[in-house]
Amino acid sequence: MSAPKMRDPIESGCPDGFQYMHPVMRRNYGQWLYHEDPRPGVLVHVARSGEKIWTVRAGTQRILDVFTLRKLMDIGDQFADGYVRFTIRSNIEYMVADGAKVEPLVKALEDAGFPVGGTRNSVTTLSHTQGWLHCDIPGTDASGVVKAMMDELIGEFKSWSMPNRVHITTSCCQINCGGQGDIAINVQHVKPPKINHALVGNICERPSVVARCPVAAIRPAMVDGKPSLEVDEKKCICCGACYPPCPPMQINDHQYTQLAIWIGGNHSNARGKPTFQRLVAAGIPNNPPRWPEATAIVKKILKCYKEGARDWERMNEWVERIGWPRFFEVTGLPFTKYHIDNWRGARNNLNSSTHIRF
Amino acid sequence: MASKHYPTPMLDVLEEGPWPSFISGFKALRDNHPSERIRNTINGLLGQLEHSYETRMGYWKGGTISVFGYGGGIIPRFSEVGHMFPESKEFHTLRVQPPAGNYYTTDMLRQLADSWEKWGSGLQTFHGQTGNIMFIGADSKNYQHFFDEINEYGWDLGGAGPCVRTGMSCVGAARCEMSNCNEQAIHRHLLNNFTDDVHRPALPYKFKFKVSGCPNDCQNSIERADFAVIGTWRDDMKINQEEVKNTIMKKAAEIGKEGDRSAGRQYMFDNVISRCPTGAIKLNDDDTITVDNSNCVRCMHCLNVMPKALQVGDDKGVTILMGGKRTLKIGDLMGTVVVPFMKLETEEDYERIVEMAQNVIDFWAENGLEHERCGEMIERIGLVNFLEGVGIDPDPNMIKQPRNVSYVRMDGWDEAAEEWFNRKRAEKSAA
Repeated sequence: MSAPKMRDPIESGCPDGFQYMHPVMRRNYGQWLYHEDPRPGVLVHVARSGEKIWTVRAGTQRILDVFTLRKLMDIGDQFADGYVRFTIRSNIEYMVADGAKVEPLVKALEDAGFPVGGTRNSVTTLSHTQGWLHCDIPGTDASGVVKAMMDELIGEFKSWSMPNRVHITTSCCQINCGGQGDIAINVQHVKPPKINHALVGNICERPSVVARCPVAAIRPAMVDGKPSLEVDEKKCICCGACYPPCPPMQINDHQYTQLAIWIGGNHSNARGKPTFQRLVAAGIPNNPPRWPEATAIVKKILKCYKEGARDWERMNEWVERIGWPRFFEVTGLPFTKYHIDNWRGARNNLNSSTHIRF
Repeated sequence: MASKHYPTPMLDVLEEGPWPSFISGFKALRDNHPSERIRNTINGLLGQLEHSYETRMGYWKGGTISVFGYGGGIIPRFSEVGHMFPESKEFHTLRVQPPAGNYYTTDMLRQLADSWEKWGSGLQTFHGQTGNIMFIGADSKNYQHFFDEINEYGWDLGGAGPCVRTGMSCVGAARCEMSNCNEQAIHRHLLNNFTDDVHRPALPYKFKFKVSGCPNDCQNSIERADFAVIGTWRDDMKINQEEVKNTIMKKAAEIGKEGDRSAGRQYMFDNVISRCPTGAIKLNDDDTITVDNSNCVRCMHCLNVMPKALQVGDDKGVTILMGGKRTLKIGDLMGTVVVPFMKLETEEDYERIVEMAQNVIDFWAENGLEHERCGEMIERIGLVNFLEGVGIDPDPNMIKQPRNVSYVRMDGWDEAAEEWFNRKRAEKSAA
């Protein structure tokens, strides 16, 4: 019997966006003149033609069920001519050609439980990874962390009370798919992988696992007469890079997978050059379902930033201005030997001047 | 009859509080969805997730599945605790490429939701961190049907594994006055040239294109893309002096000093003049500003503060940075400027950027080690070898400062200097 005929895919790639764009945006493509911010969560863009488009931005739970998606679509049909888009941080945006529909749209969203905000100098929705819900190497959840944290930061989402915009990210492992942020809550493993030697030989392509280790701590070994791998635990930095290609090298642990907080990641070129995030706190318990310890530190940092930074200063700029010693002082976070970089090029991060604040 | 609900005491806590709860959405599917298959699947998923919350461990493992004709694009997930929660033991994600800028009509999203509910779990995400729509939770017998159905009406899979990944672009020229380029065109020219490399993972590791219309870089391309395209301009920014004056009074009002011109001027000094990274802006006595455009680095700050008074220039193009990436395996790397400025207007311009991307991917595919991102290869072989490999001339905009290590062999100096002068002469005569 012959195999059933399979359908060949249509390799269409990335679809044409113009078919989904609001007609006002299509007509004025590349012809926008300026924008204003009528209120938190609302933008109005004015084109050279004089046409205007209002945008209303609302927070979502990111992992949407079809009921919620349809609820969001009903709101879009009723108020926004059936056009929506999503931001990089999983906020939904409705484009409205009629200014009179903005307030009813805001109300409809709020009534349906979707907070309106996330623009300008607010704390916008946390970008996040898949976590326990769907990732194969997660040390923590992501959707749950974000839900728990946004419950406490919703006031900052809906207002403009920060010195500049605040991007917060979470990542469920140290590979850090979640990204750069003014504040990043990331997994930090603190113990080397536990190896199930019986499985390594059958599951793992040993040379590529050896090659993956950033500090050459892994080498081939025979254990109980079977080919396996061993880890030089003194060298191991517990990064977990060996775990994805070799699951028997279990890095996640109910106790030793912890959280760390990094701050000052800023991808914009505005004022200064883009910056990577820096470690500020670690040893934070991975504590579902609400991760109160992590949230408390985030809130403390936000409070100090809000009080100490000047208008338009992003978190990295605030710290650059006041200096890291002052940052640790005002936040009350401990400074330890682990804050001192010892990775490649680390001496570039050490102070080679007498620029010291007393 | 749905199977008995698994208890979820920890997840129940995530239904409290004002932010929208994904758990409430899951429960709505579990309890109210007309399809018994979906009700059961979500019940199993909730059971497994609760188990993760209790034990603080994840229980999904990967595998290799794809749709017919492709080698990737699906994230296979098999449960390691399928004996405890058999209803969701297969729970694969399909990555689907969205349009640049993530625009949708509600009709199209409803159509996708209908198909997904027919074949999958009813859960989806806009978007994953690589930029795809994530349809989360198809089992092994249904994912092909879902793909066939949505592929017929215009959607294609994105990348997963060592391949060209789905691109990301900002809202761009469709709605933003800061845009300096046609993000839609750049995105589709680049991505759709590499469709084969998206669908059939055969590269050393992932390769990401991201497009931002201005140096505010809302797509985070400098930190996250192997090939970052960022709109910019090279003539003078445009100033509406009347609007500068209005801004001064408007800012005074915003800080609670309505009508106080000196308060507005102070705001300008504190937040615009002194914040310019190159000291290129001056506030004049008559509340107009003067900009030293030859010293402006297009950081965008003053335009962000006064979007109505200042606009980007007319001579628009893009800067291209290569080799940005996150942690694995040698630590974070920013993209490096490889093309300081490039016009993107004609078909030839677009052909040139596509050809450049092709050269970069070809060179990296040949010279990158397994699991080595393009930026890590650049660090290993040095920028000069990379530039020679992809056929791009050195430019002082590629560096923060010239080398400070004297240990270098320089016996080709004279030829290199001559090349520089020849290039400068050629540029001058072309201008």
